[in-house]
Amino acid sequence: MANTTNGQAKKNGIGNFFSTLGNDIKDIGLTFKEGDFKTRISFIIFGFGSLLRGLWLRGIALLALEVGLLYFIIAFGWDYLSKLGTLGTVETTKQGRTTVYGDNSFLILLFGLLTLFAVFAFIFIWRMNIKVNRNEQLMLQNGKKLPTNKEDFASLFDSRFDKTLLALPVTGVFVFTVLPIIFMICVAFTNYDANHQPPSNLFTWVGLENFKNLFSFGTAGFGGTFVTVLVWTLVWAFFATFIDYFLGIAVAMLINKKGIRFKKLWRTILVMTIAVPQFVSLLYVSKLFASDGLINGYLLKWGVISEAIPFWTNPTLAKITIIVVNIWIGIPYLMLIATGLLMNIPEDLYESARIDGATPWQMFRHITMPYMLFVTGPFLLTQYTGNLNNFNVIFLLTQGAPKTGNLVGGAGRTDLLITWLYKMTINDTNYRMAAVIGIMVFVVTAVISLVVYNFLPSVKDEEGFQ
Amino acid sequence: MAKNNPGSMKRKRTIGNIVSYILLILISVIWLFPYFGLLMQSFRSYDPAVEYGGMVDYIIPHTFSLDNYKFLFDGGTNYVRWYLNTLVIAIFVSIFNTIIVLCVSYALSRMRFKGRTLLMRFWLVLGMFPGFLTMICLYFLLKQVGLTQAGAVPGLILVSVASSGMGYYVCKGYFDTIPKALDEAARIDGASRARVFFTMTIPMSKPIIIYTALVAFMGPWCDYVFASYIAFGHDESYNVAVAMQRWMVVGDYQGYFTRFCAGGIVVAIPVTILFMFLQKYYVEGVTGGAVKG
Repeated sequence: MANTTNGQAKKNGIGNFFSTLGNDIKDIGLTFKEGDFKTRISFIIFGFGSLLRGLWLRGIALLALEVGLLYFIIAFGWDYLSKLGTLGTVETTKQGRTTVYGDNSFLILLFGLLTLFAVFAFIFIWRMNIKVNRNEQLMLQNGKKLPTNKEDFASLFDSRFDKTLLALPVTGVFVFTVLPIIFMICVAFTNYDANHQPPSNLFTWVGLENFKNLFSFGTAGFGGTFVTVLVWTLVWAFFATFIDYFLGIAVAMLINKKGIRFKKLWRTILVMTIAVPQFVSLLYVSKLFASDGLINGYLLKWGVISEAIPFWTNPTLAKITIIVVNIWIGIPYLMLIATGLLMNIPEDLYESARIDGATPWQMFRHITMPYMLFVTGPFLLTQYTGNLNNFNVIFLLTQGAPKTGNLVGGAGRTDLLITWLYKMTINDTNYRMAAVIGIMVFVVTAVISLVVYNFLPSVKDEEGFQ
Repeated sequence: MAKNNPGSMKRKRTIGNIVSYILLILISVIWLFPYFGLLMQSFRSYDPAVEYGGMVDYIIPHTFSLDNYKFLFDGGTNYVRWYLNTLVIAIFVSIFNTIIVLCVSYALSRMRFKGRTLLMRFWLVLGMFPGFLTMICLYFLLKQVGLTQAGAVPGLILVSVASSGMGYYVCKGYFDTIPKALDEAARIDGASRARVFFTMTIPMSKPIIIYTALVAFMGPWCDYVFASYIAFGHDESYNVAVAMQRWMVVGDYQGYFTRFCAGGIVVAIPVTILFMFLQKYYVEGVTGGAVKG
């Protein structure tokens, strides 16, 4: 059901977009045709009409935005925007002892994009300005009173409070998340790497070359390594999510069991692991399993083994150890969640099952588990995607090591896509491939989320357990 | 199933309980063991005249000493500085993140405006991009305004706060459970949205405010990636995670291990105590968030 409505919405979405655009253009024309001189001049000088009608607050706001944006675009941005197509052509040269800097591709790309957004913002505000003027004019024509400046201002804390609340967060997300992400998506289509580093070198657009490189399986190509890392990422996330999940429920049930005392004590012991900053516990545990660490030390001393177990240096063993350590990290958290949820299962379900003579195992399989899976479906999904990007556990435990075999791009056997991306950025300054990997992480996360989300029982049938 | 007579049932339950207790004790030991080891090894002196500061094959030190702790605070390293850096970041991030999350959650939960679902969907998609992708670009943006290296502390606060709006899910979920009728009643009495927000919603949301602030406070203590990139090469701007990771990875052969343990204990104790006090709110937030997804 959810699917069909979605599909319809999408189809309507595109249709809507064009009809809205058409209406918009019609509306703009109508505003100009029917507008008085105040409205008409506002087409060029934003907020002119509002100012003359006495609404100086919004008038000044619109005018200030126009002047600010225009100044930014013309005085600062235009230079960068015009070079966006080539990312700069003037090479940095050395003339004798002095370096003459040419174009900086990095700046051109970054500020070019910023200017592009400023242009969009300008158009948007122009449109808003026209709407405002039309509304004001129509209100006056119909003999209604315009809101006073005071009311205008007060509305920012009442009917338009959402704008006040969201202005800062949305701007923050735009500058610190949206812009950098778009920038990096663009980098994936350039040759920005160790050999093309601004300001001494230029980089430029190379089309899909990096993506071809990612899927090329030759000796220098990233294909083989990418598949290896991707498979391990998916496998790791699967185990990390589901083992923790089931064991977490098991521990929660163990503590919740009737007749067990000191419930709070047991819980507190486990919860302590969440409180201690992960870098302390993970780094310590990584040394615990090291070849000269405590575990190997004691086993050797007691004569259980004759040489150290290669917990971190054998690829397979390293993977298993990571998953085991992650159980240690993850169970307390899932125990907490499971405890809260188990208490919400209606007691009478168990009561009637008991009367029917159900065994504890049957009750677990037919009441507890379905309920838990139903309620925590979306949560499991976020856990899974979170584990796909679980940088801390991998990086603090192994840093992706051991590096064996023929992996390229500095990848180790326990590297996830995300830690590989990090290494490529920090160690190799191979930004072009790092950007491609980043896009791949997004694609994997998005595809899994979309597919799984549509299969979740709690999404299909929201009322199921209520 | 065999016939149940009360006697065998009782015996069965007793055995079951004993097994459960054994399991619980075993679990407790496994979970506490690393912390016990951390604490014990922090008391092993790194001074070669006394003992050894690297990796050894025993837990309990032969002689207990406070050398490692003295080392942290005697000014030979910037440990105190790193600690204060992290604390300052954590406090500011905690305050500002909470304010921003509250604003966003209220707007998305209570108000219906054009582009609301679009914004939510857009942020959801945005969240699927790995965070480090933004790192290179952010480093440069911050460098333009002097917030890297020497200015890394305010830089890190800014980065963390700026994108905190996207983490509104749990808080919005909580606001959604506060009946809208309350808002409407207040608005009929002439209260503005802002007044409803400040005088009704916020006082009613103590648990979720504490949860948000607590989670935001704990984050910077583990922040490794951004902190290491933005403070790159500038020792005085490191946070504890970056600085001490270096001790473990680079300095290990010099026997920095026990000093790491001591540093870890000093970091862990206040954070753990704070967490224990506010545990109730954390549990509430986590379970609430999990159900709503």
